[in-house]
Formats: sequence, structure tokens, C-alpha cells
Amino acid sequence: MRRCLAALAAVTLLSLTACATDEPGGGPAGGSTSAAGSGTGEQSKFFVQADYDAELALLDATPTGPADKPWEQMLNPTMVDTSKFRKAGPHKLCFSNAALNNPWRQVGFKTMQAEVAAQGSRISEFVHVDAEGKDQKQIADINDLLGKGCDALIVSPNTTATLTPAVEAACKAGLPVVVFDRGVSTKCPVTFVNPIGGYGFGHVGAEFVSQRMKPGGKVLALRILPGVDVLETRWSAAKVAFDKAKVDVVGVEFTDGDPAKTKKIVDDYLQRYGTIDGVWMDAGAVAVAAVEAFQDAGKPVPPINGEDQLDFLKVWKDKGLTAIAPTYPTYQWRTPVIAALRILDGQQVANPWKLPQPTITQDNLDRYLDPGMPPLHYAMCGCTDLPGYPQRWK
Amino acid sequence: MPTVARRALSPIRLRVRPGGVLPILALLAVLLVLVGLRQPDFLDPPSLMSFLGRSAPVILLAAGQYFVIVSGEFDLSVGSLVTAQVVVAARLIDSDPARTWPVVLLLLVFGALVGLVNGLVTTRLRVPSFITTLGMFLILVGAVYLWSDGAPKGGLSEEFRRFGRRASEDVPLLGRVPYALLVLVVVAALAVLLMRSDFGRTLVAVGDNPRTAQLSGVRVWRTRTVAFVLSGLAAAVAAILLGGYSGVSFQAGAGLEFGAITAVVLGGVALGGGRGSVVGAMLGALTLELLFALMNFYGVSGALRSTVQGAIILLAVAVSATRSSSR
Amino acid sequence: MSALSLLPARRPVPGVFVALALTLAVGWLVVLVDGGQLFNQATTVSLLHVAAGLGLVAVGQTLVILGGSLDLSVAYVISLSTLVAAETMNGSDGALLPAVGLALAVSAGVGLLNGLLVTRFRVNAFIATLGVGLLLKGYLDSNYDGPAGATSPALVQSLGYQRVGPVPLSFLLLLALTGATWFALSRTRFGHHLVAVGGDPEVARLSGVRNDRVLVTAHVLCSLCAGLAGIYLASRLGSGAPRVGTEGLYDLESIAAVVIGGTALAGGRGGVVGTVGGVLLLASIDAIFNQLEVDAFFKQVIRGVVIIAAVAVYARRALRKGAW
Repeated sequence: MRRCLAALAAVTLLSLTACATDEPGGGPAGGSTSAAGSGTGEQSKFFVQADYDAELALLDATPTGPADKPWEQMLNPTMVDTSKFRKAGPHKLCFSNAALNNPWRQVGFKTMQAEVAAQGSRISEFVHVDAEGKDQKQIADINDLLGKGCDALIVSPNTTATLTPAVEAACKAGLPVVVFDRGVSTKCPVTFVNPIGGYGFGHVGAEFVSQRMKPGGKVLALRILPGVDVLETRWSAAKVAFDKAKVDVVGVEFTDGDPAKTKKIVDDYLQRYGTIDGVWMDAGAVAVAAVEAFQDAGKPVPPINGEDQLDFLKVWKDKGLTAIAPTYPTYQWRTPVIAALRILDGQQVANPWKLPQPTITQDNLDRYLDPGMPPLHYAMCGCTDLPGYPQRWK
Repeated sequence: MPTVARRALSPIRLRVRPGGVLPILALLAVLLVLVGLRQPDFLDPPSLMSFLGRSAPVILLAAGQYFVIVSGEFDLSVGSLVTAQVVVAARLIDSDPARTWPVVLLLLVFGALVGLVNGLVTTRLRVPSFITTLGMFLILVGAVYLWSDGAPKGGLSEEFRRFGRRASEDVPLLGRVPYALLVLVVVAALAVLLMRSDFGRTLVAVGDNPRTAQLSGVRVWRTRTVAFVLSGLAAAVAAILLGGYSGVSFQAGAGLEFGAITAVVLGGVALGGGRGSVVGAMLGALTLELLFALMNFYGVSGALRSTVQGAIILLAVAVSATRSSSR
Repeated sequence: MSALSLLPARRPVPGVFVALALTLAVGWLVVLVDGGQLFNQATTVSLLHVAAGLGLVAVGQTLVILGGSLDLSVAYVISLSTLVAAETMNGSDGALLPAVGLALAVSAGVGLLNGLLVTRFRVNAFIATLGVGLLLKGYLDSNYDGPAGATSPALVQSLGYQRVGPVPLSFLLLLALTGATWFALSRTRFGHHLVAVGGDPEVARLSGVRNDRVLVTAHVLCSLCAGLAGIYLASRLGSGAPRVGTEGLYDLESIAAVVIGGTALAGGRGGVVGTVGGVLLLASIDAIFNQLEVDAFFKQVIRGVVIIAAVAVYARRALRKGAW
């Protein structure tokens, strides 16, 4: 009797949860449902057409600013006046950081520290607080920093909407606030620094993969996690590109950034479909594992996109892959420091400060591949001219 | 833990007690049939071999976790231990093949040492193992990030990766047999032998009723400490295979401790100790791995997977728990 | 009934407060030498806010742990509760009460499920609450890509940011909840029964305690506390956040706070006052290391050591007193 009850309860629960999530946005395609052979199902509910159009337009825009310093460049800038923040130096800069829990943020933060060092005597003190990926802690951190006499506050928010009240409180305190990477839903910061964004990233990879693979072939999309805004935009842009190219997306899988899980998934898909003609990824962390899965199965590696992590660039070069690496450049960690100092000088800055988002292709691969750097270093750090290179990043 | 009163007097009886590996075998069979329906060639020797090979690390971890759980404790540190081992191996080997064997040896010693510390803190300082190993988890993750400045460095040599990635080719009948599978078979055989030895019976008796065991002359603390050392060693072997299979990353061991505990429980082993077999635990891990493959084959939407996984675990455990309590 | 009277629900104030005082004193000194100020207004407010969030969860966790159970699903309950609350409010003050009610009801429902799985279906609490957590994770992952909904401005201004001197309203809420729980544990039948069940289920049953009912109640209360923490976080964040619970590690941290506070993980011994001490200790370590800008990973190592050491000290004391 009890056993039946248990079974009943669990089945009911399962179906309830399933019912509550019947919209296909979160997990489109699912392979077997794509009976028509093309199309990846309904567009994600997280897709915003206007943002998508804007980002794709920015991909072709010509940046203003020094050509050899992309971290100082701006795309379609609208300048804002900052004269009310003018202040004599040297300055105390404070930085509330969302987290340091992945290689991208590690490389970025080292780049930022080097930028601070490069500014020399202009910065008297640089205070850094790490929120360890916790919204609640970051709100407390920002509040805490407000009591420390900072001249400017730099914030890299852990999540978009939830940090808004804390950032607003900081703006009210009267000091200039610079937000970068993720944004906040308020206009009060002096500027918001970030590269083009997720739609651009997803689009570049998907377009390359669908153009290089055989028409109508099978694509496997590998994503890190569901439910993260910056990653959802990458996938929804890729979806548009794949639908337009009429390729067959046979699966959209989540890897948790775990290389072992990635290899297992690719293995199973190779078994299920015999061949996979293209691989798209929303981040480069497990790109090498995906490549290895093909090699270990004795299959040719299909057109694939990774990111600017050196381990992928190295495999790309060594194995002669057909590949591309859209980037979410870590050099954006330099820009907030530069922006804060310009604001404190009373110079105009762009708001939003849109940075270019370069792509690594076969043609410029050699320029970015530095075999002396660690495997998880990001090539697009824009850090080669900074003090302490390369030791600081090793 | 429950059912103190009903516990068997003689540890020998435990092995014959029903509710052991039968339910998990049944579940495994159902999943195999489901996979077979969808993907018949999955059951061909080559793909089956490669599946078993890639599942080897998780199965080994389940075996290690079994020793600890059957003796009445928990080991939450194995996932972080695997991550630490892989990152340490990459940095020490630094792509130099000559360092492969010394580092392998070092990893085994390191694993055993972490197990020893876990065991001694739990038994001698009387800290509940949940807390000991949770603390160890925090320490290992923090230390390994600290040591490597937040990003893994160096690289694993091809020789090191061979264990987890390559296979023995041209075996009659089976085709390719992954080295990982060979390692698994050897360790599994050792584990079964160990559980049939005096030590195995003592281990179960300690988990079943530490006081009785103590009164009958068993040194409970020593037995449990050995269980933790075995778990640490299993984690070391799993790390060697896993690092070989997929390379260096901070994600290498993430979540494996919960996976291993779930697998052990799924295999009919009671949390709290004293009941269940090591074979059941390993079959539990195999079942979980098969479940993940099944979801790949059936195209279950990625975001919903954890729901499916949760429901199946609850269902399986509730069914077997209510079954055994109605006896 | 004699067995029950032998199990005191109230114990002397645990040593965690001594550790807390020492930590604060040493921390204050070190920060001072470093050129900072530990007890300025901003830092104190931040510390108490962090403590309030973790504290609300940990008080609930204390109840289930006292009863010999455990709840690993609280992190997901918190996230769910922030979303239910913020989406129901949708930025309007009018929907404040229904939203709070709904968020608590949903949380209580999860607690009921946990409780039934643990008691009726005899699933080990570790597995049961882990499994329920996975169910919730699937729901959250497939439905949200980030913050959603908007908390009513009135709640944000009151519970989220209002304070009395340096003490946030939320911390007063924690103190009130702690007081109520302390009363329930030491002065009511439910409290005595819960401790009895946690101490020895068999003896409790024989003395006429309805173990299942007591444990289910504890689980419902634990989830309610998590739900309350969720409502507080929604008021802090201004919206619902699908990952706030897991990213905050509220599951493991709440258990850590409980055991640091002197409650035995096996159940039957301890109390809610100690838990608040444990929460304050963890928050103080956080605040001190923040002031010193210590690397987060080093902090994690220290946390691991503190947790083990604290419990080892309690175990040693219990052994010496022969209180087993």
C-alpha cells in the first residue's frame, strides 16, 4: 500500500513539475521533437528582438578611439558630461566584485589590477571586495564601501535586477558609479561599460558553424547552464541563425561546464546519430573536451566554435580544426578604471560605453595563440602592454 | 538511526538478507530495456565497453563511499578531493611524461592521507562525519584555488591521461576495452574480496551497531578510519581516471559526492550503516550513469533533467524503504 | 514520561558566544592595526544584514536537526519564495499581504512534502530533501533566466532597508523569530517532544510521542523559515532571484551555523540561541576578512577549519560531562 502511495506521489509530482514548465523555451528542440528536420522550436521567452537587432548592428559598426587599444574604443558613443565629479587626485577607487570563481573573472581581475598599477600615482588606493557570487553579500559590500570614503565606485553586479537598489543607494551617496559586465536596471550610474553582448556572441558562432557544415546537417548545441541571462541570449541568437540556415539542431544540452559530462554527451549523440556535422557552444570552457570526444570516437571534428581560452586555440591550431572563437573580451576589466579616472578628471565619457567584441578566426589565430601562457588564460585580455606581463597572469 | 531494535544479532546474516541488490538490478534492467528500445546499438560490445569505461570513476567513488556509509558515516569530501587531485596532478606533472608515475603515487598517498584525517577527526575528536567532511570539502576547494591562483595551471601528460582515455585494442569478442574498465574490474574484485573478509564483516557490524561491535572486541574507531582511508584511495583512483578522461578543470569533481551518496543509497545501502552490499552500491552508480545516457538518448530537455533525476531517486528510495519496513 | 523529563530542552548559553566575543575582539584589533574600523555604522549594518538572511534559515534548520532530521532543500525553497513573493507583488503595495501569504504557503507545502517523505515513506532525510531540492531546481532552471517580478516598494523600504540605529529591521525580525522558537522549544509540548524524538525516537515513541507528526511539523516550520528568509531577500533585492539561495550556499551554511551553535547533528541536543551565535560568528568572520580584503578562498579554508574545530570542542565537552 505504502509503496503504491510513494509511487503515486512521485509520479504526480513529476507530472506537476513537468506541466508547470510546458513552454518549450527553456529546452527547445530536444532532438526527437524536431520532426520537421529543421527549426529549433519556439523562440526562447528570454529573447528580445530589439536588443538582438541592436547588437547585430553593433557587430558591423566602426568603433571610435585608438585602434590598438580596443579597451578604450567605443561603439556609437553618446557622451555624457561629468564635470560635477571633477576632483583633484590622487584617487581612492573602490570595486565591488561579483565573484572570482571562474578563470574568466580571474584573468579579468588580474588585468584590472595591472591597469591600476599602470595608472601609478593617479590612484592612491584600490579597495576590492569579493561578493563570492552572493547577491546578498554584494549588497552588503556596496553599503559597506560607501562608508570608506571612496572617490569612485566600480561595480560588477552578480545579477542584473537584484543589485539595482544597492547601486541606486550608491548613486544617491553622490560618488560616481561605473558598472561593467552585467548591467543594472537603473540609469543612475555615470556609465555602463560592456562589450556588444550575448546575442552578438551567439550569432557569430552559429553563423560560422552553419555556413561551414554541410547544408541541412546535424548540429549539437552545448550550453553551460540554463537560466543565466547572459548565456540565454547567446543561445537565442544562435537559434535564430540556425533556423535561418535550416540546419537540424539535434540536441541542446547542458554541460555544467564539466568536461567529463561534455564528453559523455557528445559520445551519446555520436552514437545516436552516427555523425554530428557541427557543434555550437555558448562558452569555451568545455570546447576542448568536445573536440576530444570526437577524436576519441575516431570521428572527424566538425566545424565548432569555442572561446578565446588558450587550450582551445592550441587544439585548433595543432589539429587544424575548422573553428571560430567569438569572445567576451576580458580587456573590458581595464575600461572601468580608465572610465573612473576620466570621470574624476571631469572628462566626458560614453554612456553606455560599448566595447568592440572581436572574433578570433583562422586568419588572426596566430596573433592570439601564445603557447607560453596557461591553458585557461583568455587571449583577448588586452594585457600584453601592462606591467607584470606575463608573470602576473601565469 | 531507525530500527535499532530489529537489527540482526549476527553480522553473517546480513549478506543473505533480501532487499540487497535485487531492486537495483531490476531498475537497471528496466533502464537497459528502455535504452535498447531507443538505441539498440548501445548494447553492442564496443559502445557498451566505452560506456562502462567512462562510468568507471563514478562507480569507484560509489565503492569508496560505500565503505564509509556502511560503517555508519558520510564522506562529503570526495568531490572536492577529486578536483584537488586533478588540479594538483596537472601542476606537478606540467606535461612532463617522466613525472607521471611519481605523481600517480603521490596522488594515492594524498588520497589516503585526506581519508586518514577525515577518519581520525571523526573517530578520535568525535566530530560527526557530515561536519568533518563538509569542513574538509571547504578546506580542499579553498586550498586548491588558493594554490593555483584561481585557474588550473600546467597540464597532464599523455601517459597520465592514457588510463582514463585510452583502451586496449583488438580484444577478442569485446573489441576495445578501456583501461579504465580494467582498473574498475580489478578494484571491484578487490572490494568484493575485502567485504567478504573478516574486515568486511567487522565494517558492517560496526555500522550496524557500534556499541555491540565495541563490546565484542572490535576497535570501532580503527575500522571506521580505515573506511575513510579506503574512500580517499578510491577518490584518488577515480581522479586519475577522470583527469585522464576529460583533462584538467575545477569542475572535475563538482557534485560527485552527492552523486556517489545517491548511487550508494539507490543500490540499497542504508544511510546510517549496517545494511547493503558493495556490489549494490556500484550497480547504483552504474544505474545513475545509465539514467543520464538514457536522458541523452530520449532528448529529455536539459533544464528538466534535475527534476527527472530527483523524482526517480525519491521514487526508488521510497519504494525500497517502504518495502523493507513492511517486512 | 520519565525519559522526557531527563532531556532538558534548554541548555546553558553555548560557548559559541565566547568564541564570538573573542573573534570580534581580535578582529577589531587586527582591523585597527590595518588602519580600518570594524565597528563603524556601515560595516555593522552590513554584518547584521548578512546575519539576518542566514539566521532566518538557520533557526528553521535548528528545528529539523534537533529532531534528528536535516533539510538540504532550503536553498531552493528560498529562491522559490523570493520569486513567488516578488511575482505576486509585481511592484504594488496592495498585493503585499497575499504575496507573503502565498510565498509562505508554497514553502510550507515543500516542508510538508519533505516531512512526509521522511516519516511516511521512510526516506532518509538527506536523500529526501536532496531529491526535493532537485525537483525544485528543475522547475527554477526551466522557468527563469534571471531575476523576475518586483517586490512592493513598501516591503523594500521596511524589511529591506529600514533600520533602528545600526540594527536593521530584518535583524529584529530574526531576534523575534528566535525568541518565539526558543519559547516553543523550551516551554511547549511540541518542543519537548521534538527534542525527545531527536534524542531517541524509540524511547519517544514508547513514551507516547507521535514521532511522525512532530517531525512533519518541524519540517514545515523549517521550510516556513526558509520562505521567510526568501521574503526578506526579495525585499533586499527588489525582485525574485532564482539562484539566490544556491549561490548563497544557504543549505550548507545554515547547517554549519547550527552545529557551530552547539546543536548536535544527530539531534536531541542544542538550541536556537546557539544557532544565532553561530550565524553571528560566521558573519563576523566574513566582515573581518572583508575589511582586511582577505582572499575569498583563504576564507573558505578558515571556515572549514572553524566548523570542524567548533564541533570538536563541543564533542569534547559533551564527552567530559558524560552527557551522552
